[in-house]
Amino acid sequence: MAEVMWGLATSHVPSIGAAMDRDKTQDPYWKPLFDGYQPAREWMAEHTPDVALIVYNDHANGVDLDIVPTFAIGTAERYRVADEGFGRRPVPDVVGSPELSLHLVRSLVDDGFDLTVFQELDVDHGLTVPLSIYCPDPGDAWPCAVVPLLVNVIQYPQPTAARCYALGQAIRRAIATFAPDVKIAIFGTGGMSHQLAGARAGYINPIFDKWFLEAIESDPQALAALTREDLIRQAGSEGIELIMWLIMRGAMNTTIRRVHSTYHVPASNTAAALALFDNRVPQPV
Amino acid sequence: MSEPTDTYVFDGETSRRGYRMNKMFMSLRDAPARERFRGDEQAYCEEFGLSPEQRKAVVERDWQAMLDLGGSIFYVYKLAMIDGKSMQYLGGVFTGMTEEEFVAALRRGGRVDG
Repeated sequence: MAEVMWGLATSHVPSIGAAMDRDKTQDPYWKPLFDGYQPAREWMAEHTPDVALIVYNDHANGVDLDIVPTFAIGTAERYRVADEGFGRRPVPDVVGSPELSLHLVRSLVDDGFDLTVFQELDVDHGLTVPLSIYCPDPGDAWPCAVVPLLVNVIQYPQPTAARCYALGQAIRRAIATFAPDVKIAIFGTGGMSHQLAGARAGYINPIFDKWFLEAIESDPQALAALTREDLIRQAGSEGIELIMWLIMRGAMNTTIRRVHSTYHVPASNTAAALALFDNRVPQPV
Repeated sequence: MSEPTDTYVFDGETSRRGYRMNKMFMSLRDAPARERFRGDEQAYCEEFGLSPEQRKAVVERDWQAMLDLGGSIFYVYKLAMIDGKSMQYLGGVFTGMTEEEFVAALRRGGRVDG
């Protein structure tokens, strides 16, 4: 049977990808962030999944404002790396896992989550930067297949934190009924606190971030109880991306083990973080 | 459920107001479209059905007005990229700082009192 190996919560800021693409990871600005990634990268390199389910949001690259799906999933065999207006990132295109995607669609719809289905999708930095954080040197191909799961975090009203956590729990149930013996990693991407537009641009809330970074492991219910307004106020209008971490968390076991985490300000206009969790640990009886 | 009043929220009403303009920004992902835009910005904006106020904001690079007229920051950013401007430059515009001052504020830990 399928099983979830590990979960990775991580920022997906485009400039983190650009720093890697332009060989700037040792610059004084970027070095602390990339040094912080290292222990997690080493552990993940020894625990290669067959498929990564990447929960992310598009930023006006694969999807526009004609159609704004609250939750959507890709079912394609391949996903092209999007040209976001300055050429494609020099990273491999993404190979899908239609079998797992279609299983998830069936299971999740039966479980009350009516996802929009993308048969074709260009994936932007929201998906490729987390892949690069996991695997900085993929060569010609990423080490695993990918199922993209998109969340509307751009246009208000975004789904609630509670709904995201519940979707994660439904994904956990769906994976438990996927017969093939595949190992799955779940990525919850975005955050942490940041605001891009308006008079509050540049807002960072390290106290909230550190609480969230701890509670994502130990008290996800407290995070799921946050309202949209709480999140926008405390994490900034783009910091609401953190709801995507709850989908990852919901898909994991009650007890998980923190392998490594790191927090750094700034990455562009954001507080950046990574938290890696091992899902295969003894559970309370 | 009330919306926060002390911060910028891109809601459905804003998205409706900015729909044509955001669609125009989205089109700028393609190199040939960028060339046509550069050739005649007014005409390109008219083609996408922007309001006169939106056209003026775009042509004059009034970034705050673009937000006020329904621009989503992720879409507005496509235009900034054409001009070689960064998100830190825009952050400076929105907060009355130079790009350098805005970057420095982030490096000091961000605007934690916002």
